[in-house]
Amino acid sequence: MDMTSGRRGDAGRRQFAPWADPAAQPLVRFERVAKRFSGHVALDDLSLDIFEGEFFALLGPSGCGKTTLLRLLAGFETADSGRVLLDGQDISPVPPYRRPVNMMFQSYALFPHLTVAGNIAFGLKQDGLSKSEISVRVAEMLALVRLEALAARKPHQLSGGQRQRVALARSLAKHPRVLLLDEPLAALDQKLRQDTRFELKELQARLGLTFVIVTHDQEEAMTVADRIGVMDQGRLVQVAPPAEIYEQPLNRWVAGFIGDVNLFEGKVALQDVDGVAVDSAAGRLRAFSTDKVTMGDTVWIAVRPERIRLVPARPGDAAPTGNAIAGRVADIGYLGGVSVYQVALPDGTKVKATLASTTRLTERPIGLDDEVWLNWPADAGRVLVR
Amino acid sequence: MHKRASLFCLASLGFGLAFLYLPMVILVIYSFNASRLVTVWGGWSTRWYAELLRDEAMLDAAWTSLRVALLSAGAATVLGTLAALALTRIGRFRGRLPFSAMVYAPLVMPEVITGLSLLLLFVAADIDRGFWTLSVAHTTLTMCFVTIIVQASLIGFDGSLEEAAMDLGCPPLRTFLTVTLPLIAPALASGFMLAFALSLDDLVIASFTSGPGATTLPIQIYSQVRLGVKPEINAICTIMIAVVAAAVIAASLIAKWRDLRSAGTGLPAA
Repeated sequence: MDMTSGRRGDAGRRQFAPWADPAAQPLVRFERVAKRFSGHVALDDLSLDIFEGEFFALLGPSGCGKTTLLRLLAGFETADSGRVLLDGQDISPVPPYRRPVNMMFQSYALFPHLTVAGNIAFGLKQDGLSKSEISVRVAEMLALVRLEALAARKPHQLSGGQRQRVALARSLAKHPRVLLLDEPLAALDQKLRQDTRFELKELQARLGLTFVIVTHDQEEAMTVADRIGVMDQGRLVQVAPPAEIYEQPLNRWVAGFIGDVNLFEGKVALQDVDGVAVDSAAGRLRAFSTDKVTMGDTVWIAVRPERIRLVPARPGDAAPTGNAIAGRVADIGYLGGVSVYQVALPDGTKVKATLASTTRLTERPIGLDDEVWLNWPADAGRVLVR
Repeated sequence: MHKRASLFCLASLGFGLAFLYLPMVILVIYSFNASRLVTVWGGWSTRWYAELLRDEAMLDAAWTSLRVALLSAGAATVLGTLAALALTRIGRFRGRLPFSAMVYAPLVMPEVITGLSLLLLFVAADIDRGFWTLSVAHTTLTMCFVTIIVQASLIGFDGSLEEAAMDLGCPPLRTFLTVTLPLIAPALASGFMLAFALSLDDLVIASFTSGPGATTLPIQIYSQVRLGVKPEINAICTIMIAVVAAAVIAASLIAKWRDLRSAGTGLPAA
């Protein structure tokens, strides 16, 4: 196949960015697709390119249309308008059982009347492979998910984590052009879910396949994906690598949906080479902006809680572009590794600041009701115009 | 946790079982009665069973009943399953409500009416009554029971299993045969058995729709009883009870054996 972008090689993840290459051909292209379900808009004129070898995450609240988009690619839904292209071919008229795309279902959908090996072999049998070929491939898949010992078990005799691996092996057995994962880890418990995220990412990198995952768990999307498409109400709000989504959210909704954020509303007072100054209720704040702003515009400054430093006295050596505002500690949430401080400003608004627990709890330098200063550099704040 | 059964529970159990099975027990005991008089005990004997084997009419009737029951239960299972599929899978089609109501109608319709209307149909169509009309009539009677049983299992069926099969390259018809059918097979089997039992049991519809040469066992028994209860009748009824009981026990043993086999490979790792 003609791919201008190579697979992720020794150069590492950082080098893999086919979406930035205007000459790159996408593996999957959604072209202005729209879909309604009895009046409810599931997909609203949505376009998206996904590239060979990419791990793409569709992230959004429930009902945002992310699963519909996945099912459109699998062939279980047809778009009201628009096209779905795979390798440049319109696959809209191709039924699901002829698409070189496999899906891992949220419920796993393992066939209860077949053994683990039977489940994995199911798709291969449909292709008319010989018995020996099938048994070789099944053994390969069992080894891949480390379930060799359980080949003869039935699904109801497996734990949740084992079932999840069978479902993964079954969907990978046919070497699909694209593997679709619908909330693959939602049914696992917290600890197992975290471990499995890394396994999934490692597996995808090793096989060099294209994965599209649907999730409502932002941590999951951030961990596994090369790029995240943040969806809301049938539209893609922002499509970017995880770090960019987190550090440069496009608007207040994305900033609030991905991680925690403090928002300061104000009017633009000054714009120079160092960034923007905004007059807010908390005083004049300086921040960094990539958007064009004009004087007097209402904007929001987004600051992540972990970028804010808490100091007992006014920081004297603060750079002229830094920010320092006074407040009083209203609440401390102790989460073990980090503590979340709620600091009330004089006007009553609360600002969140996360601090790593570097000392014992009893030796904490800042306690409840202490007067503190919130301090963060200008480039930690980001101006949002929407 | 075992709770000691209270006296009340034991009494209810005993009363319930007696209510259900006392008549049958008496029938079975009297089938071994040596006396020709049904109500007088004359010692143990199997002479009525031997007598039965010489009763050509009774044996013919039993054979007819068996064939009709097998054929109509088979046809009812196929038709009932198709109806259940239509009712559960094709979302909201025009006339879904009347259709589902019509499928269930024979359930509440007095059998006399069903029998009479079938008789009128066969007479109007000028079809000679016999084995085939009887089989058709029993299919009509039992189909709705199969539909109800299969529909219940289809409603509880996880649709993503069929999607998964298709996703793995399996066309719709093959998906139905290799995934859906094996999973709803228990419902089909119990539907078949119920239809079989209903057909074997039916007297009213059979008396309307059967003709000469197609006398079923219930008709034969009923016509003999009208001339007075002979001990032979007790014998044939005992055999029927034995056959039905054997079938039910076999079915539950098969189910149990299957569970044991699938669990036999060991318990899931914790």
